[in-house]
Amino acid sequence: MNNIPNRKAICDVLLEKAKTDKDIVVLCSDSRGSASMAPFFDAFPKQSVEVGIAEQNLVSISAGLAKCGKKAFCFSPASFISTRSYEQAKVDVAYSNTNVKLVGISGGISYGELGMSHHSAQDIAAMSSIPNMRVYLPGDRFQTAKLIEAFLTDEKPAYVRVGRNPVEDIYEADCPFVMDEATVVTDGNVKTAAPSSQVNWDVLPEDLVTIVACGEMARPAVLAGALLAEKGIRTAVLDMYCVKPLDKTAVIAAASRSSLVVTAEEHAPFGGLGSMVSQVVGANCPVKTINLALPDAPVITGKSQAVFDYYGLNAEGIAGTVCENR
Amino acid sequence: MNQLKVKAFELRQVVLDMIVRSGGGHIGGDFSVMETLVALYYNQMNISPENMDDKDRDYFVMSKGHSVESYYAVLADRGFFSTEQVVNEFSTFGSKFIGHPNNKLPGIEMNSGSLGHGLPVCIGIALANRMDGRKNRVYTVMGDGELAEGSVWEGFMAAGHYKLANLCAVVDCNGLQISGTTEQVMNHTKLADQIRSFGWHVTDADGNDIDKMIAAFEEAKTVSDRPTCIIAHTVKGFGGGALMENQAAWHHHVPTKEEYDQITAELKARKEAAEHE
Repeated sequence: MNNIPNRKAICDVLLEKAKTDKDIVVLCSDSRGSASMAPFFDAFPKQSVEVGIAEQNLVSISAGLAKCGKKAFCFSPASFISTRSYEQAKVDVAYSNTNVKLVGISGGISYGELGMSHHSAQDIAAMSSIPNMRVYLPGDRFQTAKLIEAFLTDEKPAYVRVGRNPVEDIYEADCPFVMDEATVVTDGNVKTAAPSSQVNWDVLPEDLVTIVACGEMARPAVLAGALLAEKGIRTAVLDMYCVKPLDKTAVIAAASRSSLVVTAEEHAPFGGLGSMVSQVVGANCPVKTINLALPDAPVITGKSQAVFDYYGLNAEGIAGTVCENR
Repeated sequence: MNQLKVKAFELRQVVLDMIVRSGGGHIGGDFSVMETLVALYYNQMNISPENMDDKDRDYFVMSKGHSVESYYAVLADRGFFSTEQVVNEFSTFGSKFIGHPNNKLPGIEMNSGSLGHGLPVCIGIALANRMDGRKNRVYTVMGDGELAEGSVWEGFMAAGHYKLANLCAVVDCNGLQISGTTEQVMNHTKLADQIRSFGWHVTDADGNDIDKMIAAFEEAKTVSDRPTCIIAHTVKGFGGGALMENQAAWHHHVPTKEEYDQITAELKARKEAAEHE
């Protein structure tokens, strides 16, 4: 059982890189504990900025720091950073093109028991619709670490959402990762995991089922692939941690040899991964596409796994959806 | 001759030409803020087309982004781009000279337009420069109507908390906004005291007197333990004469041909008077 949440994986990378990179600056809005960033504040006080409970300030100050060459990593619960400071993300980060990485912690329904105010089921839709804003939902701690390392090599705005709770590993420490390429797992076998450009699609059958998932739905999607393999149903799971820019090439390659596409995400049913995948499939390789997501309603109260199970956002639910619609 | 006073009236004519040619703009605030911009760009700030990428440059963010015409006029005159180009291309189809600051243009640090962003952004700029041990200064200009935005007060709070002595904010206090007087719309009963209570040095100045603004900026530089806010008491539409001065309707009124001629004559007269000072 992995007990390291993705947010701690982010801190570990930044702690290591900040030893030599003095331009890394971490900002929190009274959120260093929930962001797992307290060790960074302790180790690098001169590269840390506390803004108090003021998310608008948090994002604008990050943009100002970035304007002067700093690599600003700005942490706040995803529910607040994605909407409370939405205009600052739009104007000061994306529109002004500042090197700010907005990190939405405790994303999705991590705070399952705390009500809709603390759920970020709109963040993919909100952030993806801003020009020049990239959106990432990594699935495990290893992929999260690779993503943060990649962030340190570019100077473009981005939003990343991670959950509060530890999630089981999908991959191993040397997980396959190419920036902005979906990681493809066939037939639920993680040993096949590869960045989409390295996949030989021609060896896959023409009656494939494509499952596209991101964030905490990536692992259930891979597990669903394994369940379906036992039934003789061949699948390609696209771990679409890069929701924007969506790996359209991978979606088209997989969907064009599939009889069914299923998407799964911890997000409202509109404007998220499912909507984006459906647009690509509809325009390029029309095939039946089912979007699994949270409801268009306040979600039921409970710990996140119980809530996922209630809405069928788990391996059995994804596999069952495939069997019912194939 | 008070050259900068003359300059401020000359640049108002550029603003007027820009707005009348394009058929849009925010002339009232352009005219009220002009002396602030001229004081900064011709007397105070270490910024030019030659050093605009130097890390030691002074920074400016136009928080009241709707006064972009005055900002464009100043930047053009300082050589960041051509005055003729901005007058001809302002707000035209596909133009980079859009109706709020565009940082794809040389000399413009940040995009703005939506109010309440400039001060918090400048806090980040001021923090970054202090982290790097630089001695440069950071400036922003807000409108008095803008002060109703909550994010401005998040900024006042944080800048005071961090004692950002390298930061100077100007409030272009012309007393008018689109719906009427700021007193009627959302009153700040004791503005100076309010800002001071957040840990700022606050000073008042006649914002349409170039020498008084320069003196206020010099005063700000002597404050070593806190940020400074200059409450610039200005007249909306200053320089345009009785036709447009202190008239809320001139927030974004586009002058007619007759009004254009009248304002042009007024600006010319005031410029000539300044030439003889």
